[in-house]
Amino acid sequence: MADLRVTVAGVEFKNPVIPASGTFGYGREYEQFYPLSRLGGLSTKGTTLLPRQGNPGPRIAETPSGMLNSVGLQNGGVRKFLDYELPNLLQKDTRIVANIAGSTIEECAQLAEILNGSGVDMIELNISCPNVKQGGAAFGTDCCVAAEVTSAVKKVSEKPLMVKLSPNVTSIAEIAKAVEAAGADALSLINTILGMRIDISTRRPILKNNVGGLSGPAVFPVAVRMVWQVYNAVSIPIMGMGGISCCEDAIEMMMAGASAVQVGAAIFSDPYAPVKIIDGMDRWCDENGVKNISEIVGTVRPW
Amino acid sequence: MYMQSSCPVLEKRAIARGIFDYKVFCPEIAAASVPGQFAQIAVEGFFLRRPVSICEIDKDRGTLRFVFEVRGKGTEKLSHLNSGEVMDIIAPLGKGFRVIEGGAAVCVGGGIGVPPMLGISQIYSSKARVISGFRTAAAAILQDDLKKAGCQTILCTDDGTAGIRGFVTDALRTELQSKKADIIYACGPLPMLKGVAAAAQEYDIPCEVSLEQRMACGVGACLGCVCRTVKDGSEIFSHVCKDGPVFDSREVIFDG
Ligand SMILES: Cc1cc2nc3c(=O)[nH]c(=O)nc-3n(C[C@H](O)[C@H](O)[C@H](O)COP(=O)(O)OP(=O)(O)OC[C@H]3O[C@@H](n4cnc5c(N)ncnc54)[C@H](O)[C@@H]3O)c2cc1C
Ligand SMILES: Cc1cc2nc3c(=O)[nH]c(=O)nc-3n(C[C@H](O)[C@H](O)[C@H](O)COP(=O)(O)O)c2cc1C
Ligand code: FES
Repeated sequence: MADLRVTVAGVEFKNPVIPASGTFGYGREYEQFYPLSRLGGLSTKGTTLLPRQGNPGPRIAETPSGMLNSVGLQNGGVRKFLDYELPNLLQKDTRIVANIAGSTIEECAQLAEILNGSGVDMIELNISCPNVKQGGAAFGTDCCVAAEVTSAVKKVSEKPLMVKLSPNVTSIAEIAKAVEAAGADALSLINTILGMRIDISTRRPILKNNVGGLSGPAVFPVAVRMVWQVYNAVSIPIMGMGGISCCEDAIEMMMAGASAVQVGAAIFSDPYAPVKIIDGMDRWCDENGVKNISEIVGTVRPW
Repeated sequence: MYMQSSCPVLEKRAIARGIFDYKVFCPEIAAASVPGQFAQIAVEGFFLRRPVSICEIDKDRGTLRFVFEVRGKGTEKLSHLNSGEVMDIIAPLGKGFRVIEGGAAVCVGGGIGVPPMLGISQIYSSKARVISGFRTAAAAILQDDLKKAGCQTILCTDDGTAGIRGFVTDALRTELQSKKADIIYACGPLPMLKGVAAAAQEYDIPCEVSLEQRMACGVGACLGCVCRTVKDGSEIFSHVCKDGPVFDSREVIFDG
């Protein structure tokens, strides 16, 4: 039995595996398969100030080894999150990462302020959603704006602040540095990569939104590369995600520089993916003489 | 209660061109299933599972039956699965049909929308009239199963090669004209569902329709499978996998 505990921005997780925002709802569905207490934590569906309907369907398109989504941050708003979802989650003996998204900088700060008094363990500020017109990726693709929104949230937030970065940029390391300088306590990456599929019989995009975010195993090598580049550019901890579907992927992501990992789309193929990854990690550590999983973070030996 | 299971395939048959009929062994899931619910079936080599309705539930033998049509590459691959192999399913998913105890039902299925009608028709047995529509006689499926269940079957084909030539919606009006029903169930292409819903409204009979949408999780977590619905007078996006796939037809916005 290896020690799987990891600490990110002062928050201790019992293991480094956390279902990714938007892929696990608020845990109610997957709890029917296994207790949420098995998980290191869970990142909740992106919450906005007011309820959002999201984009019209179809919102899902399959791709080789992955999928596109254009959900568009459908959620019940922060009040519903606090009144209905969070009280339930706080009884689950796992860490709660509250993923938030605002359409303006003020809205992001307001959301963080509202969450100050709540029981969430950490804030994950989404500046990278490709599926909304305002805010979202518009914040995450410009260093100055990314820094501005980060510092506005940091100023009011009493919770550890993790900023979730977009891969749809020329240099993710530059954005990461700007966000670190603006006061972020941790980074999470990657959000989905903008993509498109077309139905050749109708010549229509499959997604009603025309474009959507790619996730799943198809993005894994891109995510590993980005985590590695960011790890080399900043000194704050990273939660790595993008295409992780098995224990070996998670280990690889940690070697690239992630202190913890999030698992998203893989859960759709196999609801048990997060717990299989945790069990697999434990076994891997034992087999490889690793006493504490944190030992492997960033240990890739580049040529 | 959602469950995942690797179920032994007990029987596999091709029942019409490109249409496959599977019986799988999964006692716990069968015990928990009701007609109208569906399963997410894993397909080797494909990232997303394929949603397929539960066609028939045999709680005594612990089996579920799925009937699907080869539409694209995923269902094509799935159809290579043979008896003796295992089918990886997550089920039972979604809400099933509302059953009116002691009531009489009319079930309307169009094409591959017929399989989900079998399970619910079996519950009503002789109190179910089942209208099935197919392109042509060779594409007709499940008529013997429906008869065996004691249901009255009304077969329609587009080309008149079997049964009545014409649309199921016309046959539905004829049926309702001759005898009222307590509830209508329907599954099939959207224009057909829209027609059935309109007829139900005219005759003031409750109607439930089973909808489709592209899915990822199938359990209500990803919010991928939206359809447009009306609740308390305002339009909202509902999720086919969790709020449906069965909806009250008055709540569904059929356009777009
Ligand atoms: C609740 C529900 C119940 C269903 N029950 C049955 C059934 O009993 N029998 C049957 O033959 N078919 C049923 N379908 C339709 C079936 O899911 C699709 O035909 C199948 O997913 C097509 O997969 P493919 O790989 O062959 O096609 P492709 O077009 O290659 O699939 C690409 C992607 O689109 C999705 N997709 C394509 N068409 C549909 C569709 N009509 N609905 C949902 N997703 C789609 C696929 O799942 C896949 O993710 C049902 C669909 C839903 C939502
Ligand atoms: C259906 C779906 C919904 C998502 N919703 C959100 C969201 O609300 N907020 C967010 O920050 N990321 C969201 N994401 C992105 C994931 O959290 C994750 O960053 C991305 O999918 C890459 O990981 P994966 O390949 O393991 O899925 C969503 C992803 C999917 C597939
Ligand atoms: S498919 Fe995920 S919510 Fe319906």
